[in-house]
Amino acid sequence: MTTPILALQSTDQGVPRLPLGDWVDSAISWVTSTFGGLFDAVKSVLEGAYDGLDTVLSGPPFWFVAVALALVALFAKGWKLAVGTLVGLVVIAGVNQWGNAMDTLALVILASAVALVLAIPLGIWAARNDGVSRVLRPVLDFMQTMPAFVYLIPTVVIFRVGVVPGIVATVIFAMAPGVRFTELGLRQVDREVVEAGHAFGSSEGRILRQIQLPLAMPTIMAGVNQVIMLSLSMVVISGMVGAAGLGGAVVQALQRVNVSLGFEAGLSVVILAMFLDRVTSAFGTRSKTARAVAAAGKA
Amino acid sequence: MTGLRVEGVYKVFGRRPNEAVKRLRDGAGREDVRPWGTAAVIDADLDIASGETFVVMGLSGSGKSTLIRMLNGLLKPTAGRVLLGDDDLGAVSASQLRSIRQRKVSMVFQHFALLPHRTVRDNAAYPLALQGVDKAERRQKADEALEMVGLGQWGDSLPHELSGGMRQRVGLARALAADTDILLMDEAFSALDPLIRREMQDQLLELQQTLGKTIVFITHDLNEAMYLGDRIAVMRDGRVVQVGTSEQILSAPADDYVAQFVADVDRTRVLTASSVMRRPAAVAFAGGGPRLALRTMRDAQVAAAYVVDRSRVLRGIVRDADAVAATRAGQETLEGLIDDSLTSVSVDTPLAEVFAPAAESPLPVPVTDDKGRLAGVIPRAILLEAMVPADTSTPPKGTPTADQAAVPAATDTDPADAPGTPADATTAAPSAGRATDQEVRA
Repeated sequence: MTTPILALQSTDQGVPRLPLGDWVDSAISWVTSTFGGLFDAVKSVLEGAYDGLDTVLSGPPFWFVAVALALVALFAKGWKLAVGTLVGLVVIAGVNQWGNAMDTLALVILASAVALVLAIPLGIWAARNDGVSRVLRPVLDFMQTMPAFVYLIPTVVIFRVGVVPGIVATVIFAMAPGVRFTELGLRQVDREVVEAGHAFGSSEGRILRQIQLPLAMPTIMAGVNQVIMLSLSMVVISGMVGAAGLGGAVVQALQRVNVSLGFEAGLSVVILAMFLDRVTSAFGTRSKTARAVAAAGKA
Repeated sequence: MTGLRVEGVYKVFGRRPNEAVKRLRDGAGREDVRPWGTAAVIDADLDIASGETFVVMGLSGSGKSTLIRMLNGLLKPTAGRVLLGDDDLGAVSASQLRSIRQRKVSMVFQHFALLPHRTVRDNAAYPLALQGVDKAERRQKADEALEMVGLGQWGDSLPHELSGGMRQRVGLARALAADTDILLMDEAFSALDPLIRREMQDQLLELQQTLGKTIVFITHDLNEAMYLGDRIAVMRDGRVVQVGTSEQILSAPADDYVAQFVADVDRTRVLTASSVMRRPAAVAFAGGGPRLALRTMRDAQVAAAYVVDRSRVLRGIVRDADAVAATRAGQETLEGLIDDSLTSVSVDTPLAEVFAPAAESPLPVPVTDDKGRLAGVIPRAILLEAMVPADTSTPPKGTPTADQAAVPAATDTDPADAPGTPADATTAAPSAGRATDQEVRA
């Protein structure tokens, strides 16, 4: 079948075919060829960071890391969470997923850190500027609702297979709640208290550091928790593009219809998720500031 | 010390504020300029003297909160000037404005606006930290300020552990710690319940006596305004409709709006003893002897006289029967005859507190000045008359018990003519002639 070059193709519904996909494709090709050097730099930085983090988590013996994580839980919340953490980590080791779990943890920590470094300043900017907030909102909606593994395709094109496209896709996918919660938290700070800062001659920067951020911290921490949970879910999906860890095991189990491997890897993800969620949400509520703010809210 | 001047200030919120100001200047009303913006403050002129407690009173939406926020540059006037000392707040740079706020003007907020995550002491020290005061001095000054408001023991608590009244004391301590000449108080006591509010008002007055700051106090409560203010500006729909002392506003309201507003005021709390007192009918000198005292009483046709010493300090009263007995006994001075059980009130006493002494006293209540000297007396009838608002007081001038002929005497400055004094029955005759004159003219 030959098609004249100028004739418009049409879809099954008779609507002219919108070549959106082609456009995005050529845009990505253009980006790849133009910013190749930049992407290579990003890739090597992320790879280096991941390798370093993974060495810290996977290098020492199992019991050392398990006890260290249990201590984090103890510090964050209490002995119950510490014991639960220890039991969970022993289960992960017992189903022979320890190495994978540590790879995944390293990915989650790195991706969340990058996402937060980008998200919190964006959230602050959006809270201080209505225009930025208006522009950012649909972008964030888009980032959060786009099916997660769609991000994998361009990132694979740009960064090729491996751990880096997984991290980049995770950062994009997980960033949105970080921005949103930061903006929300800052906007919820009592206006009169901010006004008091101005009235006593504080500068904008000091008001942000001494009043707005501390008072918004519980909300921002809820956003941090969300970012970490989204990162974890995305990190598993990025197993499809060759990212290491539990995601890889899940994808393998799916390909081979291996129920036992699928369950064991999946259970390990759940245990990691519970650990990360409980610890980060405890950090959000246990600080002195958070408690004072919460008590002031009730009073 | 620094005063505050507000010159022709307008503040319009909205899309085209300058257009709105132009139209307002051309005589448009607040509603007429609605399409261009909301006029919060219209052509305000105020001159607040240093050391004065100046109250801006108005209902919500009258523009008073906007006005106070222009006094420290939180809002910039759309037109006109706000002068704090020599600084035009609209013209200074951002960093100058910050330094003015740090050193010259502090603020107390309606809902306290404390930093919930910092201790009471750190809250009180907050302005000092911004001023760059070092830590030890900060702590000492913050504790001093907390001591002043009676919260010396609470420095280590967090704000949410305190009651509302105590929290506002922290707000006050924070403003005092800043040690600025000017203190802005935005509905500072409105969120407190009435008893605490009263307590805070008293405390503020007490502090003000020793500190002598320039205070600009915003309130919607007229009783509060009259209680605290040396002068009061009444605002309505963005305009300042009257500026004056509480007594001026009570006795000569600028328009119907103000008159209506003050109709409900508890006049007994606003009017002071000095504003209604009369000259005493009979005053005897302690050194003058009973014979002289008797003559004074006879001339004034009263049954008792106030006794003062050489420097007019009130000693008590002497009764005619006692004086007669002493004269017969050949006594040379009034010593021993003086009855000092009479309660006197001070010139600043609100009328509300004159009722009790007036009810117990057989004579008009004596009023003394700060040195204890007899300044005047308040007959009961005058007290009752003062309760009636100015505009309705004209027709039923007399009290029901007063003799018809004595009625005009109530407005007479001659103290002996005032009804309710022991002299009133006997002064009926001389004033009768004038009463007839008035009736004829009427």
